Amino acid sequence: MAAKPKLCYFRGRGRMESIRWLLAAAGVEFEEEFIETREQYEKLQKDGRLLFGQVPLVEMDGMVLTQTKAILSYLAAKYDLYGKDLKERVRVDMYADGTLDLMMMIALAAFKTPGEKEENLALVVKKAKTCYFPAFEKILKDHGEDFLVGNKFSWADVQLLEAILMVEELDASVLSDFPLLKVVCEQPHKAQEAMNRDKDFSKICLQAFKTRISSIPTIKKFLQPGSQRKLPPDSHYVKTVRKVLQL
Amino acid sequence: MAAKPMLHYFNGRGRMEPIRWLLAAAGVEFEETFIDTPEDFEKLKNDGSLMFQQVPMVEIDGMKLVQSRAILNYIAAKHNLYGKDTKERALIDMYIEGVADLNEMILLLPVSPPAEKDAKITLIKDRTTNRYLPAFEKVLKSHGEDYLVGNRLSRADIHLVELLYLVEELDPSLLTNFPLLKALKARISNLPTVKKFLQPGGARKPPVDEKSVEKSRKIFKF
Repeated sequence: MAAKPKLCYFRGRGRMESIRWLLAAAGVEFEEEFIETREQYEKLQKDGRLLFGQVPLVEMDGMVLTQTKAILSYLAAKYDLYGKDLKERVRVDMYADGTLDLMMMIALAAFKTPGEKEENLALVVKKAKTCYFPAFEKILKDHGEDFLVGNKFSWADVQLLEAILMVEELDASVLSDFPLLKVVCEQPHKAQEAMNRDKDFSKICLQAFKTRISSIPTIKKFLQPGSQRKLPPDSHYVKTVRKVLQL
Repeated sequence: MAAKPMLHYFNGRGRMEPIRWLLAAAGVEFEETFIDTPEDFEKLKNDGSLMFQQVPMVEIDGMKLVQSRAILNYIAAKHNLYGKDTKERALIDMYIEGVADLNEMILLLPVSPPAEKDAKITLIKDRTTNRYLPAFEKVLKSHGEDYLVGNRLSRADIHLVELLYLVEELDPSLLTNFPLLKALKARISNLPTVKKFLQPGGARKPPVDEKSVEKSRKIFKF
């Protein structure tokens, strides 16, 4: 039997969380080694397992992989979560990249001074509300399907859910203010047009997407307490990372 | 006949340059629409052409693609520059993400606060000679082949060589202790498609200068 993938990172979200999500969504069990000391980190570097001296590190299928996006692409392809052809793949890439950008802003904010952190996080919520989430809502609205790409569950759906939940931790109301509802309320003639095209509104908004993807058995399991999903970055996490990486 | 890809960006390197390099290396002719004014940018946004209200954007094969990584992945796969299987692809991705990280530091240098510039340059030089170039030199040394992955030209070679040119522009002495990388740079530069790109009048954009930074600031409001 193939060995389980082994993840090596800090005990926290950072750049590894999207990888945990994707493995979990694909129903793949994985092991984790947590970096807690500078010595551990230096040993990893000396061992030559870190191509550019950095984590995340994932060992699987006989490979020693670093670089988050390389790992995510490999997993998506391996577990058939990357669309059926090149044109679907580029859409998955576009959507995944967009959500990763958003989530990285949140991850990095944890390391800023309190004032800057607050400012950065407020900016993230603003970008989510005005740019990213409306873009995804439009995609779902335009094709009326259950998933972002090709009417099939993909990496893009996993990451969008991850991003929605992360932004909701910053502002619980972030999904309640979406344009479709506004159209229905403020411009009834356009609402009629929308309704004629798709009577089932609950199918086509982000709120419904969130519910739907969260109910997928593998994802549901990952969202339960006791799973390998990590908590938002706290001061202990920031301290550990700073100490290990000598930031 | 298929329309040529149309690139939308300002008239400078930025995040579009790796895309220009890759298309050129693949022998694909492309056209460019330059965003010269804030109004040009507003128009693109209002058209609904930019999924996340950002450029680069490339019109290709009936699609309007954004996110440079997604665009590059598409071009590489389409033109057979992405390895022969998922394992080669994973290696290529690992290498090019490292290239992208260093490229990002160099890319952002012109827009960093003047007080921080010297420290940033020192950091870039340190990362170049102690982290990134040694890693790639080691890869080439380990298999002794002409290309980074699978004994065949791939996007990894193109992106790395683009980076080597940037490093050289910053400080030519940075390449001194990396003979295999210098050889790769020469080899890739001699490929007919790349050679054409590098010639004066080719689509390659010149280094960033103060004027173009100011212009971008106005257009993109940062």
